[in-house]
Amino acid sequence: MNVYAVRAIYLFELHRTWRTLLQSIATPVISTALYFVVFGAAIGARMTAVEGIGYGAFIVPGLIMLTLLSESMSNASFGIYMPRFTGTIYEVLSAPVSVLEVLLGYVGAAVTKSVILGLIILATARLFVPFGVLHPVAMIAMLVLISLSFSLFGFILGVWADGFEKLQIMPMMVVTPLTFLGGTFYSIDMLPPFWQGVALFNPVVYLVSAFRWTFFGIADVNVGLSVAMMAAFMALCIGIIVWIFRTGYRLRN
Amino acid sequence: MDSIVVVSGLEKTYASGHRALKTVDLTIRRGEIFALLGPNGAGKTTLIGIICGLVRPTAGTVTVGGHDIVRDYRAARSRIGLVPQELATDMFERVWDTVSFSRGLFGKPRDPALVESVLRDLSLWDKRDTKIAALSGGMKRRVLIAKALSHEPDILFLDEPTAGVDVELRRDMWAMVRRLRERGVTIILTTHYIEEAEEMADRIGVIAQGEIILVEEKAALMAELGQTRASIGLTRPLAALPAELAGLPLALSADGQTLSLTIKGASAEAEAGVADLVRRLSALGLDFKAIDVSRSSLEDIFVDLVGKRS
Ligand SMILES: Nc1ncnc2c1ncn2[C@@H]1O[C@H](COP(=O)(O)OP(=O)(O)OP(=O)(O)O)[C@@H](O)[C@H]1O
Ligand SMILES: [Mg+2]
Repeated sequence: MNVYAVRAIYLFELHRTWRTLLQSIATPVISTALYFVVFGAAIGARMTAVEGIGYGAFIVPGLIMLTLLSESMSNASFGIYMPRFTGTIYEVLSAPVSVLEVLLGYVGAAVTKSVILGLIILATARLFVPFGVLHPVAMIAMLVLISLSFSLFGFILGVWADGFEKLQIMPMMVVTPLTFLGGTFYSIDMLPPFWQGVALFNPVVYLVSAFRWTFFGIADVNVGLSVAMMAAFMALCIGIIVWIFRTGYRLRN
Repeated sequence: MDSIVVVSGLEKTYASGHRALKTVDLTIRRGEIFALLGPNGAGKTTLIGIICGLVRPTAGTVTVGGHDIVRDYRAARSRIGLVPQELATDMFERVWDTVSFSRGLFGKPRDPALVESVLRDLSLWDKRDTKIAALSGGMKRRVLIAKALSHEPDILFLDEPTAGVDVELRRDMWAMVRRLRERGVTIILTTHYIEEAEEMADRIGVIAQGEIILVEEKAALMAELGQTRASIGLTRPLAALPAELAGLPLALSADGQTLSLTIKGASAEAEAGVADLVRRLSALGLDFKAIDVSRSSLEDIFVDLVGKRS
């Protein structure tokens, strides 16, 4: 294990975040705060409680998820796309490092950043609405697991993308809609039966549901099923990444 | 002699279908400076890319210090430093950080003293806290060299290190290459400045259209393929070559004003040949007003070799 390489990549990535601290941390925090002002305070006040939980508190897990997914993806994808774009990737490709070490460095840094961000948003939310966390350990575990899955996914995206547009198209065109439709702002039970069935094909539903369970102990879908889905998604991502390094896809000619 | 890089049967066909390398065999000796020459598109960067792990070979094997570059990539790569042809650097990082990063990436613990000495050697010490984006092109190239040297490699690849570099930096770079060689580092470089290869290299390889067409000790190459020309401007034109001079590799210009002697081989023999001719001319009473002796350069040899193939 080349621990020095892992540390070098990891610190390099965190340093990049530090350099762009404002856009890395402030932007998602501000946008989340805006959601709370609009949906939590302004509209939420007129909404009835969902399953016994005040609407403002009900949307907290979903909002954290919304930021977590897009930030994990954009961090990890940017982290590997930039060196490809500038050509500095030659160094990583010529270094004595394995796939695992590259992932620990790049994805590890993206996960660290996302988890910190998630906690900051959680704290921000707490300023707007009162709520408690029923299963704190499970909540942190979920935070890490979801950041990890989507950072892995982002890494794949960053290897696949051959332009900045493609880098942004997935978060914007796919993940944000799926998150909005994934029960961030409502419970799946509130949908007509047909759409409930459709919603079960949306992977984000499982994430939001499980994450909300760690807060309030209520879930739209079985928590075990959610965790299994996450594990499957993560395994798929890891499989793709191993394939990328085996074949050199978009990395080595 | 002890070999350090062994390339056997290496082939590369890019996804586009282009055959960049056609069965390359090459052995680099430990501690030598090896210059790889070849026209644009010959396959130099491709060959270096395969050895360093950037390009996947289509067929063939490479070992570095006895380690296969695919099966035993860790051992192989940790001994190699690469300075790529393209100037690819981070923009916002500082010089010190980027050089330290490279050292870690290649599996070496932090060593500020070593990083400092590398930076000083390359006259980058004053720039250690400068962001790379603020450096000139030549300075960026120095940074790339510093990164490649940060993990104390045994083998250094320099892919056209002096392209777009001013005279002073070029001189510095060659001084650095010599120092590295004294420390036992093997250096493989490509260059289009043939006089550099002529001055620096121990051995020279010529590659054209994906094939190595020649690998030779520089001295032997110059001796074998080099030639010396002497032009002698005569005071009075001659109608024909005097019989006494028959048998020499001598030609008389159409106007009868200039005798030119062409001697192949090492320079010592050639010089003796020129002296001999001068003595004979004096003995014949043929007066001359000018003598111009020139030795063909590696460049002439190279152009000749590559020209013959295409
Ligand atoms: N990624 C690639 N895909 C397809 N063809 C490529 C690729 N990279 C290089 N080639 C082709 O392979 C051949 C060899 O290229 P290479 O870069 O190895 O040449 P070179 O000897 O380094 O040339 P130069 O002196 O210009 O640097 C060229 O014809 C080039 O067009
Ligand atoms: Mg090249």
